[in-house]
Amino acid sequence: MAMITFRINRFNPDDERRGHYMQEYQLDVEKGMTLLDALNEIKWKQDGTLTFRRSCRSGICGSCAMTINGVNNLACETQVLEFGGSTITVEPMRGYPVVKDLVVSLDPLIRGLLAVKPYLISHSPPPSDQERLQSPEEREKIDGLYECILCGSCTSSCPSFWADKEYIGPHAALKAYRFVADSRDEGSAEHLEALDDRHGLWRCHTIFNCVEACPKDLNPTKAISELKKELVRRRLG
Amino acid sequence: MTNFDPETIHDVEGVPIHSVHRHDVVIVGAGLAGMRAAYEASSEFDVAVLSKVFPTRSHSGAAQGGVAASLANEEEDHWEWHMFDTVKGSDYLGDQDAIEVLVKEAPVVVREFEHMGCPFSRTPEGRIAQRKFGGHTKDFGKGGPVLRACYAVDRTGHALLHTLFEQCVKNEVRFYPEFHALSLIVRDGVCRGVVAWDIMNGGAHVFHAKTVMFGTGGYGKAFKITSNALANTGDGLSLVLRAGLPLEDMEFVQFHPTGLYRQGILVSEAVRGEGGYLLNKDGERFMERYAPEKMELAPRDLVSRSIQTEINEGRGCGENGDYVHADLRHLGEEKIMKQLPQIHELAWKFLHVDCIKDPIPIQPTAHYSMGGIPVDIDCQVLADGKEKPVTGFYAAGECACVSVHGGNRLGTNSLLEASLFGRRAGKSIVRFLRETRKFPELPADAAKDALAEVERIISADGPEKPGLLREELQEKMMIECGIFRDAEKLGKLENWLKELEARFEKIGIDDRSEKFNYDLLEAIELGHMIEFAELIVAGALRREESRGAHSRTDFPDRDDKKWLKHTLAWKHGGKIDFDYKPVTITRFQPQERKY
Repeated sequence: MAMITFRINRFNPDDERRGHYMQEYQLDVEKGMTLLDALNEIKWKQDGTLTFRRSCRSGICGSCAMTINGVNNLACETQVLEFGGSTITVEPMRGYPVVKDLVVSLDPLIRGLLAVKPYLISHSPPPSDQERLQSPEEREKIDGLYECILCGSCTSSCPSFWADKEYIGPHAALKAYRFVADSRDEGSAEHLEALDDRHGLWRCHTIFNCVEACPKDLNPTKAISELKKELVRRRLG
Repeated sequence: MTNFDPETIHDVEGVPIHSVHRHDVVIVGAGLAGMRAAYEASSEFDVAVLSKVFPTRSHSGAAQGGVAASLANEEEDHWEWHMFDTVKGSDYLGDQDAIEVLVKEAPVVVREFEHMGCPFSRTPEGRIAQRKFGGHTKDFGKGGPVLRACYAVDRTGHALLHTLFEQCVKNEVRFYPEFHALSLIVRDGVCRGVVAWDIMNGGAHVFHAKTVMFGTGGYGKAFKITSNALANTGDGLSLVLRAGLPLEDMEFVQFHPTGLYRQGILVSEAVRGEGGYLLNKDGERFMERYAPEKMELAPRDLVSRSIQTEINEGRGCGENGDYVHADLRHLGEEKIMKQLPQIHELAWKFLHVDCIKDPIPIQPTAHYSMGGIPVDIDCQVLADGKEKPVTGFYAAGECACVSVHGGNRLGTNSLLEASLFGRRAGKSIVRFLRETRKFPELPADAAKDALAEVERIISADGPEKPGLLREELQEKMMIECGIFRDAEKLGKLENWLKELEARFEKIGIDDRSEKFNYDLLEAIELGHMIEFAELIVAGALRREESRGAHSRTDFPDRDDKKWLKHTLAWKHGGKIDFDYKPVTITRFQPQERKY
């Protein structure tokens, strides 16, 4: 048990003149308590106006990504006592418009996602009474890609996105590569179209922030470099 | 209404005209059931999907182990075997006509997911890989466990959910993310739409529709230890009650045997399917005592009761003796990291347990609602709970009760049920819309009740804190209406819930703003939880037998003479009215249930 101070960004859209400010809350934290548990405790017992997104509590829905002591992570997967210090600073993810307190608008994230035609494109009809065949080796090529939970941590941490709000974002590149690398997909050209653009892949300067930010240990930078190779191959080929 | 023109946009009192929308189909819930229906109907009609969270955040995505289908990719299997297992698993309360539909169509539905691009794990031949799960057996229960659960590593729900979302994007389904349903508009037996709250901007919206479908999911959040998401507050169920419609078999609540200790987070049954052991404090595989043949692969109700018995009799682990161990160590690092990587991650992140080296502390966790909105096999909601459909109203998935799970659901049958009956709902809706050109009349006072509710709660300044009331409710439900029940506990709880209802009238909230006000919405959700909790408890008190997940210590046996029937319950004023209907039995007569 330890008394922890939570410094939390507050922003009330109905009081824009006040703008953003930090508010402190104290809470007795026991071992095993996650940041999401702590935020809920504060909301339910101290201040019902504190606002954040949350749902599954188990790191799979992607709702509760936020900036915790300067680093993007899921609140539900963050153990409060593991930071060691007595104060934790919690802010909304940077790069996205803030809606209220820790809630951001993910419209830029969704826009980027939709641009890469994020679905399997197949022109040949599947067999009618059975599955398409895919060898375990082919299937392995989309490991590390299909697990994305669309939490937005990567794109929020990307300096290219900070500078260019039209930048498609590492999450969209990862999704595109999930299909380009899938042996069943026949639409690489369509997935790649939006990426071969001045707001596309070429904005990535391999800073690797996205890799560090991903709570699922995925590697969007690697996906981007594979896609860049694919684009170059297509141009030369 | 002589001059009524159905094609004009209606004025709805209290709602601005730009907040009145019109779609052929309005679906509430963007999990597997809702999105599978949307995918089906969107090829022909204008479909809108409302969800209180962004679609990929729906709780279907948290399912881990697999989706059942007798593909026979790995070994011999037949839909008849799957049917027998499901009927027996349901403790003979499942309706066998519906179960037959479920098991026969399962292979088609699973292969369709593959065609959509779902990243299933593969066999060496390149087919969809399958694993073992509790209660799924060979040769009508006479053989050992069968490889039937089709899986994508241990992230099957996530893989299916994202695949469906992608396909809905492709079909240009209109999503309204972060819209919270407030009421269902039903007049004269005809469903006319829903009223929903725009979470992001604030404000009530009316969705006028020819057909409405509910895929609103379960209500695990009414219990203290649960695998469910914070969003799983069962709103859809009490919206149906408030519209004067019944709910079915609400007393049947599944406790999943393996929730992460204290957090209740799901530890997939795949852990046992892949060969994991359950151990008590003496390191004993205690399932030997309760299911000598199937051991850890017995169905969930039985395994949960066994764990709880070990704990109650002093053989639990830890200081408080309130958990047991799931032991994977003998599976080895390679198998764990290849087949159960998410379990490894969850145990590490939440409990700091490396399951390659140490066993995982687990306890039973409220997981799934077998009961729900009564529907027929075409997913039409039944006004009398028996045969009379509500025109234009459909439901599928966990919120519905068709009933394929009866008293206890087998693992991997829920992803199957949600997607299969979601698909059937979509097909029913298409058939209905091909015949129905006109929108039903939208009454001018359609939003009256919803607006009054929001107004009452957003300005509520009483002494009771919703967060504390919810905590009390969750604790009482867990202890007094949990795995083991009896008349005394249930009777007390029934009275206490009436008091809670009265206290809920005196709540106060802090946030008075309209934009992104979860303080408001959580209080509204609490109101729903109290309402359907009363039905769970009242139904459990009346059902004087033990069947499936409903286990009465004062009536330990199944009583087919009196209780081989479904419960139907309505709420009229403050009073609960009950009715019952027979179980549909076709191929398999009830037998003693042993594993």
